[in-house]
Parts: sequence; C-alpha cells; structure tokens
Amino acid sequence: MNAWLTQHRHALMLSLGRLAATPLNTLLSILAMGIALALPAGGQLLLDNARLALGGATAPPQISVFLALDASQGEVAAIGQRLAATPGVSAFRMIPRAEALSHMRATEGLAAVLDSLPDNPFPDAYVVTPRDDAPHALEQLATDISAWSGVAHVQLDSAWARRLDALLRLGRAAVGLLAGLLGIGVVAITFNIIRLQVLTQRGEIEVSRLLGATDSFIRRPFLWFGLLQGLLGGLTAWALVFAATLALRGPVTDLASLYGLHFVLHGPGPEIATLWLGLAASLGWLGAGLSLRQYLRSF
Amino acid sequence: MIQFQQVSKRYPPGQDALVDVTLDVGPGELVTLAGHSGAGKSTLLKLVAAMERPSAGAVLVNGQNVGALKPAALPYLRRNLGLVFQDQKLLFDRNAFANVMLPLSIAGIPHKEASRRARAALDKVGLLMRERAMPIALSGGEQQRLAIARAVVNRPGLLLADEPTAHLDPDTARDVAEIFLDFHQVGVTVVVATYDGALFPQARALRLDHGRLQP
Ligand SMILES: Nc1ncnc2c1ncn2[C@@H]1O[C@H](COP(=O)(O)OP(=O)(O)OP(=O)(O)O)[C@@H](O)[C@H]1O
Ligand SMILES: [Mg+2]
Repeated sequence: MNAWLTQHRHALMLSLGRLAATPLNTLLSILAMGIALALPAGGQLLLDNARLALGGATAPPQISVFLALDASQGEVAAIGQRLAATPGVSAFRMIPRAEALSHMRATEGLAAVLDSLPDNPFPDAYVVTPRDDAPHALEQLATDISAWSGVAHVQLDSAWARRLDALLRLGRAAVGLLAGLLGIGVVAITFNIIRLQVLTQRGEIEVSRLLGATDSFIRRPFLWFGLLQGLLGGLTAWALVFAATLALRGPVTDLASLYGLHFVLHGPGPEIATLWLGLAASLGWLGAGLSLRQYLRSF
Repeated sequence: MIQFQQVSKRYPPGQDALVDVTLDVGPGELVTLAGHSGAGKSTLLKLVAAMERPSAGAVLVNGQNVGALKPAALPYLRRNLGLVFQDQKLLFDRNAFANVMLPLSIAGIPHKEASRRARAALDKVGLLMRERAMPIALSGGEQQRLAIARAVVNRPGLLLADEPTAHLDPDTARDVAEIFLDFHQVGVTVVVATYDGALFPQARALRLDHGRLQP
C-alpha cells in the first residue's frame, strides 16, 4: 500500500513536471480541449435553462371546441351530449360565452377594447381532454369534432407546447451527438500527445525497463498526464461556459422581461461541473491508455 | 549464482556470438571476462540480465531459468541485478542525483529513504559534490562512476559491468576498479567484462574467443 502510494506520487510528480516542462504546448492543448468540451457543455446548459423556463408548458393536451356565435342553447346542449358519448373524450368542460368575456376583460389592456365592441365577440366553447394524447389520435379527434354541426372552429391548445417539447428533444439529441464527437476529439488529442511523449521518452522507457520497471510503472506517469490534461481541459471548459453565462445573463433577463417573464440564466451547478470534470479526466485517461496500448508495445 | 549450461547465442541472420558456453559463478565470486572485440562478452552479460535469450542451452540465475522467464517476471529479476552498460545508458535530461534515484523509484522506495540511499551511492563513487550536475557536464570517468552508482544503489546481490573502465586513464581506471573490489569485499557477486584483467588481480579470469570459453 505504501509502495503503491509512493509510486503514484512519483508518477504524479513526473507528469506534473512534464506538463510544466512545455508550458506553451500544455496551454494550447488544454485550450483546444476546453473549447471542444465547452460546446456541448454550453449546449446542455442552454437546454437545461430552456426546460426550466418552460417548466409548466408540458401540461396534458386539450382541445378547444368553439361553437358558432349564433348557436342556440339546444345546439350547445346537443354538442355536450355528443361529447359525452364520444369514446375518445375523457373529460370536457363548458365555457359559456359570458364567462369567456369576463375572463378576457380581466386581462390588462383588453377591457377597453372589449368595451368598445357592440357585442360579446366570444362564442360558447367546450374544453375537451382527450383519452389518448398521441399526436395522430388528437388530430383525428379534432377533425371529427370540427365536422359536427354547430361547431365553428376546433383548436389543439397544446400544439405549440408539443412542438417546443419536440424541439427540446431534438436539441438534446444534437447536444448528445456533439458531446460524442467532441469527446472523441479530446481522446484523439490526448492520444497524439501521448504518442509524441512516448517517442521522446524512448530512452527513459528503455532504461527503466532494464532497471526493473514493470509495465504499469512505465504507463502510470503517461496515464496521469492524460488524466491531468483532461481535467485541466474540463476546468477550462467550465470557466468558458461560466464566463459566457455571466456575459449573457443581463441580455437574457432583459429579453425575458420584454415578454413579461422573470427569468435568470443559470450557470453550471456544482453537480454538473463535477460531472464534466470527471468526464473530461476520464476522456484524457482513455486517450492516454489507448495510445500506450499502441505505442508502448513497439519497443 | 550464475550457471550457463551449453549456451549458444546466434544473432540473426547467422552471427554466432556464443558457442556452447558452460560456466558456473558462485555467490560472492569476483569474475572478469576478457576477450577480443566481438568475442561475445557483452552478449554473455545480456543473457544473464535477460536482455537477450539464448538460442540453445539454459542460463540460470539464482536457480531461475531466465531465458524462460515470463515478461511479467522480468522486472523482479532485474531489480536484484546491478547493471553497468557498455554505453552507460544515463538519462541526459536529469541531473546525477535523479539518475541514481530512478532504480529506487522503480522499486517503490519512499522518497526520503531513497534520497538517503542515492546520496550514499553517489558518495561511494565520489560524486556527492556533483549531485546537481547534468550528465553532459560530467567527464567520461565521472559518467562511468555515475553509472556504477545507479547500478549499486539498490544493493543488488549480483553486479554486472560491461567495460566500466574503458576510455579511462590508468589512475581513474584503478579508482573505478576499486569500487567493484569494495562491493566484492562485502559479499556481492561481481562479473566484469574488461580488456584490462590486471585491474582485478584477485578475480577469477574467464576468456572468450570467438564465442567459445577458453579453458
Ligand atoms: N544485436 C546484434 N545483432 C547482430 N549481431 C550482434 C548483435 N550484438 C552483437 N552481435 C555480434 O555478436 C558478436 C559478439 O558481440 P558482443 O557485443 O558480445 O562482443 P563483445 O565481446 O562485447 O565486443 P566488444 O569488446 O567490442 O564490446 C559480434 O560479432 C557482434 O557483431
Ligand atoms: Mg561489448
């Protein structure tokens, strides 16, 4: 255990020394990794923020059924009965035109407009909760209902929310893809750096073998090097994303307030940051390991 | 300690370096290995250190057949050997002290204890004052002595040296030979390949001629 610790300490010191020995190279590769990692990390952060902002938007879909303005009480009741008899309908609620009017009048700025109109512009309406919220079932139900007599217009309330949800899903897939590709990039960067190191340290590796070094003794400092470099790349990515968050926070808040929303752009939290760093370190370690497998065997 | 049983070594494509060599070096013995250039001295030492494998016969070190050793077992054999190479194989990117520290790091000796031992080894070869010097800044004789310090720092039971006094003036050569004699005195088995057998008067002298051991 003690010898194991000693050897890891030795390897860690050696790899730190190697990082410090070529500061410009180290800085450049760390920056390259940082930028590569910052792209998916920033994307993920944006998505998280978007999901947070749209938190309430993924309510169960509803269908609004607007009746003709001149529909009689009898027609309204008939449509209610038809809805009750339709198997695709799970629940429905009637919104009388008077209620719609008073609800709208409560909305700022609309009262004056509504008061200036001679008649109540709102028809009677039903809000229908469908049994099956699969998109095609919703569309079918909406089309069916719109064909009924006395029905003027049918609207799928949740269409925009569902589109947004689909967009978020697409965004998540894109970020995942990006993360995969750039992760491979980070592994490739490390792979190449370690390859060059193995070539320049040939003499040391050969002599170490002759002095009784095991393979793991020889591999250890390179693995540490890859891990440290990945970690530093991850830190750089975190710093870049954090700086970008700070820079964008003001403008985003302003934009949101124009839409009457109170929204603050969140930076990467500690769990997320730890996850990124761990991931970046593992990628560096992986790149180093793959490189050693390829190039340590050759002598 | 070392046994060669009808050992032959042929390098590709067909260069016979050793032919049917049988010998026995006992524990604590001091043996010199003489012979013309290309006689097979270095090859014999490399077979002991498992840097080469015999084409025929068996090489035993401490009863272990080193030619048949698994790669994973090799490091542990080598940690019990002190090797002074003909081309020294010093690392020129670090100072004398760090060169001597390398075998100790490999063996996992804690840093403090390792530093103490490294300084003792450098002191033994008279290089303690030069511990911060880079090998390139050392004279040929100092480099030879540094290579010896690195070979003995792990207190090996068996010390193999290939031409450790080559290119040295007679006085320096005698100093270097003295170091090996000291290790022999404290019970270390020493095998030295050298043209100059006179430096080791109390040694058992072996002579190779075109790969054959002379009687
Ligand atoms: N790696 C090799 N490949 C092919 N031939 C080799 C190799 N190493 C040594 N030889 C040949 O084997 C023979 C013995 O070489 P060796 O190095 O053992 O001689 P030596 O006695 O140490 O010579 P010197 O005193 O010049 O160091 C020589 O003829 C040499 O050319
Ligand atoms: Mg030789």
